Amino acid sequence: MPIVSRAVLPIRSQEDIVRVRQAARESAVAQGMTLVDQTKLVTAASELARNTLNYGGGGEVEIVRIEELPRKGVRLTFLDQGPGIPDVEAALRDGFTTGGGLGLGLGGARRLCNEFSIDSTPGKGTRVTIGRWR
Amino acid sequence: MEKIPILRMGKFLLVTIQVDMHDRLALQLQEDLTERIVAVRARGVLMDISSLEVVDSFIGRMISNIAAMASVLDAQTVVVGMQPAVAITLVELGLSLEGVRTALNVERGMALLNELVAAELR
Repeated sequence: MPIVSRAVLPIRSQEDIVRVRQAARESAVAQGMTLVDQTKLVTAASELARNTLNYGGGGEVEIVRIEELPRKGVRLTFLDQGPGIPDVEAALRDGFTTGGGLGLGLGGARRLCNEFSIDSTPGKGTRVTIGRWR
Repeated sequence: MEKIPILRMGKFLLVTIQVDMHDRLALQLQEDLTERIVAVRARGVLMDISSLEVVDSFIGRMISNIAAMASVLDAQTVVVGMQPAVAITLVELGLSLEGVRTALNVERGMALLNELVAAELR
C-alpha cells in the first residue's frame, strides 16, 4: 500500500485540534476529494482529536495519504496513553458520554468514514483509525 | 484575547463567525452573546456561519445552546448561511440542530427575525 505522505501532529491543546482539522483538510484536498468528502473527514478528525485531548489526556495523530490507484485516500490514526475505554461497544453508541458532551463523537466519526477501527486497553490507552477514500 | 465580534443592528445582534474556532473561543462567544442580549435588550440574534467549513458536535452544541439561552432571555435566534457540505455532514454525524431556526442567507434571516419579533408584539 503506497504511502504518499505521512505526518504526525501532537494533540495537547484546543489549538492543536484546530491544526488537526487543517491538516486533515489539506490531505483531503491533495487527494482530490469532493467538498462533502473533505468535510466529513475533517469533522470526524475533529471529533476524534477532541476525544484524544479530553478523554485520553492528550496524544498524537498520524495522517497518511495513500494511493492504491485508482483509489486515493487519507487515513488518520489517533493515539493516546490515557485510561482507555472499558466498554467500546457502549462508547460507540450515540448519546453515550462520560464527559458531559453529546456522545456523538465516536459513533459519528464512524458514520462519516469508510474505514473505522478502535483498539483500547484500559489503563494503557486508545488507538482509533479512520480512513476515507475518494 | 481573541474574540468573535458581536455587532448591534437596532434591536438585533449580528454575529459572523469567520475563524476556525477552538472550543474555548466557542464557549466565550456563548457567554459574550448572552451578556450582550441582556445589556442591549436585544430581541434577536442573527448568526452567520457561511464561513464555517466545519461544524462538529461541539460547535453544533454551541449553536443549539445559544438559541436556547437567547430564547430564555426572550430573544429569537436565526442561523444563516450553512454550507451544503456542512449540512450533509451534520445530519450524518447525528445532529439536527432541533429548535434552531435557519435561513438561507443574511437577508432572509433578517426578514425572518423581523417577522418573529413582529408576531410576538401582536
